[in-house]
Amino acid sequence: MNPRRISYAECSARERLARLLDEGSFHEWLPPAERVTSPHLAQLGVPTSFDDGVAVGRAGLDGREVFVAAQEGAFMGGGVGEVHGAKLVGLLRRALRDRPDAVLLLAESGGVRLHEANAGLIAVSEVMRALLDVRAAGIPVIVLIGGANGCFGGMGIVAACADHIVISDLGRHAMSGPEVIEASSGVEEFDSRDRGLVWRTTGGKHRYLLGDCDQLVEDDVAAFRAAAIRALGSSRPLTLQALEAEHALLAARLALAQGEVDALALWRRLGITGAEQVPDARVPQIRAMRPNPQEQPA
Amino acid sequence: MKWQDVCEALFGPDHGIVEQDELLRGSAVFDGEPLDVLGTTHHAAIGYAMALRQARAVLDTVQRSPGRTLLLLVDTQGQRLRRHDELLGIHRAMAHLGCTVDLARRRGHRVLGLVYDQALSGGFITSGLLADACHALPEAEIRVMRLPAMARVTKLPQELLEQLSVANPVFAPGVENYVAMGGVASLWRGDLAEALRRSLAQLPAEDRRMLDGVARGGRKLAAATVQRVLDAA
Repeated sequence: MNPRRISYAECSARERLARLLDEGSFHEWLPPAERVTSPHLAQLGVPTSFDDGVAVGRAGLDGREVFVAAQEGAFMGGGVGEVHGAKLVGLLRRALRDRPDAVLLLAESGGVRLHEANAGLIAVSEVMRALLDVRAAGIPVIVLIGGANGCFGGMGIVAACADHIVISDLGRHAMSGPEVIEASSGVEEFDSRDRGLVWRTTGGKHRYLLGDCDQLVEDDVAAFRAAAIRALGSSRPLTLQALEAEHALLAARLALAQGEVDALALWRRLGITGAEQVPDARVPQIRAMRPNPQEQPA
Repeated sequence: MKWQDVCEALFGPDHGIVEQDELLRGSAVFDGEPLDVLGTTHHAAIGYAMALRQARAVLDTVQRSPGRTLLLLVDTQGQRLRRHDELLGIHRAMAHLGCTVDLARRRGHRVLGLVYDQALSGGFITSGLLADACHALPEAEIRVMRLPAMARVTKLPQELLEQLSVANPVFAPGVENYVAMGGVASLWRGDLAEALRRSLAQLPAEDRRMLDGVARGGRKLAAATVQRVLDAA
């Protein structure tokens, strides 16, 4: 690992954009100076943000033109409200019109912003439809997950609709947060304070071993940049054949996991040797463990 | 309204829709044309397995009956809240379901959603909300989360939330609010068959929910924000 690495998890959304994209290339649409904020939060007496928690714009990545969105986890946990969601939809529709080489989504979100729940829920489905339009046009949508808040709820589903997913070992990608499951189904179902259990269930290593993402990287902005560059050109059109293949894969996984297995048992059933070493293993070791390694970084 | 009553009102007593473990499936004939029905009942929790069963049904319609209209009957308590579903990747299974509905639309199937009982968050995003248009019965219920849970997560007083839920469509549960925001195209009142006929005739060619939200005054900023991103220098 690069000893002078910069933690992706500890960066703000704007720091990630500044360091991940070609230097000085990010050009923002609706920047904070335009004060595009949520009118709904003010009504609740909750502080607003001049970008409603997401920055969108165009930039260069290794000399290629990309459209990019970065969610700010420090504001409302990256939650999607009316304006936040509309900025994402606007970016995706603009991509459909202007045809950049790729769309990058630096996702960090707990999902729908409850303070404007109905608008957020509809917005997430609009983002999904807009994303699938871009994907159908052959423009790859690349999602990067490595923020402290992970990628959950509606955004977890949106991210899973992308062509290509990069995650760090600190990243988490799932649906309901452990706290929500614990509150609803009890601590014996999911102990949200058991960090090991949380990471074995939703963390980057687990997602990579299952094949739910394409690249696993260190918590390092430079590693995310290299992974995003590798992902350029990774368009995977959603054909009937592709969805039948996806269905077969997900059905086989369900059959493999019969009997409410835990992560360790599932890894063993996947044929991973040394499965018990996964929690302590470093990223390069995990990459070597995946049963059907896809394209690996050099 | 029970799903049996909905199906009988739409397709008559011999509708051919059956329930198996909370999943509704079958083919009916409407105005002389075959139509596939897919839905859930008993406020089904949408877990990994249920998402796959729904996706299979959509893929079957696409494979076996190209172009056939698909009606999604929505009744769900939302995504299944279990550790095992998270372990397996429920987000990927739900995304897969959403992608199958999206594919059906792209391949020329008309896809219509109807919330006939209850729709909550994750179970709704990947079904009715991805249809060409989603409608609801007036007595149906749509929301993201119950108010006490919402108060806990947002750390806002429940009294404030209750107060807001009376007048604020962006926040409050209820089908009328979803209509005002454009998320639900219309409420089906009276003759359900006539409502289905009208809805099929008025199917939008693109996602126009933001525009409906502006026209109906329930979601005023989304469409303008999208336009500003499109026009930005």
